[in-house]
Amino acid sequence: MAELGERPFPPGDYPVVILGSGPGGLQMSYSLSRLGVRHALLSQDDLPGGMFRRFPFFQRLITWSKPYAPFDRKAREYEWYDWNSLLAEDDEHRALVPEFMDGTSYFPSRAEMERGLETFAERAGVRVRSGCKWEATRSDGDGLVVETSDGEYRCRALVVAVGMTEPWKPDIPGIEHVPHYVDIDPAEAYADRRVFVIGKRNSGFEIADGLLPWARQIVLGSPRPTKLSIVLASVAAARARYMQPYEDHALGGGTFVIDAAIEGIERTGDGFRVSCTGTTVPGEFLFEADRVIAATGFGTPLGDLPDLGVATFYQGRLPAQTPYWESSTAPGIYFAGSITQGSIGLKKYGRPGASASVHGFRYNARVLAEHLARRGFGVPVERPRLQESDVVPLLLAEMTRGPELWHQQAYLAHVVTFDPADGILDEGIQPLAHFVDVGGPDAVAVTVETDDHNEIHPAVYRRRGGSIEEHRLEGNLLHDFETAEHRAQLRGLLQGYVG
Amino acid sequence: MTGNVPAVRGDVVDVLAGLALFADLGRPQLESVAHTFEEEMFTEGQRILRQGLAGSNFYVILDGEAAVRVDGRDLATLGRGDFFGEVSVLLGETPTADVVATRSMRCLVLPGAEVEPFLVSHPRVLFRMLQAEARRLRATIQWQS
Repeated sequence: MAELGERPFPPGDYPVVILGSGPGGLQMSYSLSRLGVRHALLSQDDLPGGMFRRFPFFQRLITWSKPYAPFDRKAREYEWYDWNSLLAEDDEHRALVPEFMDGTSYFPSRAEMERGLETFAERAGVRVRSGCKWEATRSDGDGLVVETSDGEYRCRALVVAVGMTEPWKPDIPGIEHVPHYVDIDPAEAYADRRVFVIGKRNSGFEIADGLLPWARQIVLGSPRPTKLSIVLASVAAARARYMQPYEDHALGGGTFVIDAAIEGIERTGDGFRVSCTGTTVPGEFLFEADRVIAATGFGTPLGDLPDLGVATFYQGRLPAQTPYWESSTAPGIYFAGSITQGSIGLKKYGRPGASASVHGFRYNARVLAEHLARRGFGVPVERPRLQESDVVPLLLAEMTRGPELWHQQAYLAHVVTFDPADGILDEGIQPLAHFVDVGGPDAVAVTVETDDHNEIHPAVYRRRGGSIEEHRLEGNLLHDFETAEHRAQLRGLLQGYVG
Repeated sequence: MTGNVPAVRGDVVDVLAGLALFADLGRPQLESVAHTFEEEMFTEGQRILRQGLAGSNFYVILDGEAAVRVDGRDLATLGRGDFFGEVSVLLGETPTADVVATRSMRCLVLPGAEVEPFLVSHPRVLFRMLQAEARRLRATIQWQS
């Protein structure tokens, strides 16, 4: 980080401008720097860390970093066990979050995560121009101009990494009277109170879990039945970390988890009356509550980007994106961090990628940095040449231990091309949607997938003569995909390319 | 912090209320549908359903237009209120066609594994879907005869 009084990245021309110093912006800056792509990293915050400087409200994360794992902390394979640290090439910058964990949990505290991110920026020399507020954006020939509180920045590529940080409420009558998740009071303010939480996703269950020792009664309500990660084998569902209120409900305790459309919220003296209509169980329900909390999610503070043609969906809360996280409708505007969940991918078996969380989007940022370097700025990115005998062992090892493929299942893939002109090249990690939808030379992409029976298995996508074929390899109880059977099956699929 | 992206009440519920598939549902059920399905957006040229790839889902078009394409040949056009992906989900097979957005398109999507429980718990939607399938079958027979 810059010395006190020395602010990096003064206004001017940069090939790339990154907005936001949360984990998405930090990862993007680190990855671009390692590729030699000059850029400016701007943030209105005083210190890096983004949302983790304040949330989760109850101060412990939903994603784990396992201090002791089958691989050394500095090994690439350890990333599968450490869902929170940013990615780095040098040992002293890798796996930083576990370094600060005190051993009381394998879910880092918010403060431990914050320290890990700050230390990453310090040690890896990721510089941020802090206190620089993004105010407006405009097109300028073949580039963009970012207007900030410090002046104007011109760039060819803008990477927006401001997070899904804008509190969002649905249009329920009376919801304006109740606080959003971001504005709730300290837990002791709910002592001996009846609390109604609108929302049954992670933030709703986090609040309910935190208030269990305080509230007299907790009701969680929303139209859709709760989806549980341990049932669906999906990180997109409510995580087990906060499931104590659900068990309380299932065992008939003082917590209720109901499926109902919230029709309205009325003030009643010191409290509220919440009127609902059942969805899975029909009927009208009235709940008297002392406090109501809207755990109804977040949107993206896109500023004036929609005026530049950035199309959005999900009620304007997410920008629509290409597989390489570029706005689908406004070229030159890219996204990093949790916003990249707007690039949906193949969504095989209904499962999205893990782009909403650090363990998913850290890889998106690194892949995007390579894409920008190679395609946007002509920076050569190493593509190792492989011998025929290297291909099968490499791909089997990637299926078994490649952290990108495990964290971003059916979303990112490891690609090898077989081009008569170039030979066999290890293309590294690419978005799977790009591989299957955009043509190219004969090639193979491998990834890991979880099917609709929750079975984890490797999948092979072979591009031959422009056509894509998918082949499923067998799963394995211990997720060992380097068996003789897997080797024979993959070798058979690559017949004609490898001996 | 939101995980994936469920559709939400408001405009989605209003659009659903106008689609034949959901015409028999009351507002609370429509709201439940809007929260059960997830919303996705596709721009022109983007593939939504991919011929021969496993693990596909069920889609309902909220607005926009798409082509049903087999080996590069357009066989049909889909628009607002149409649905697709149900055949491969119901039969447990890979799609026999691509579906490609020909204009910017907004869809609701339901994971393949959730289609059966959804239809069983919403018999009026199941009936409307059967009606639509019957019309498609009739059109195919008329076309062939």
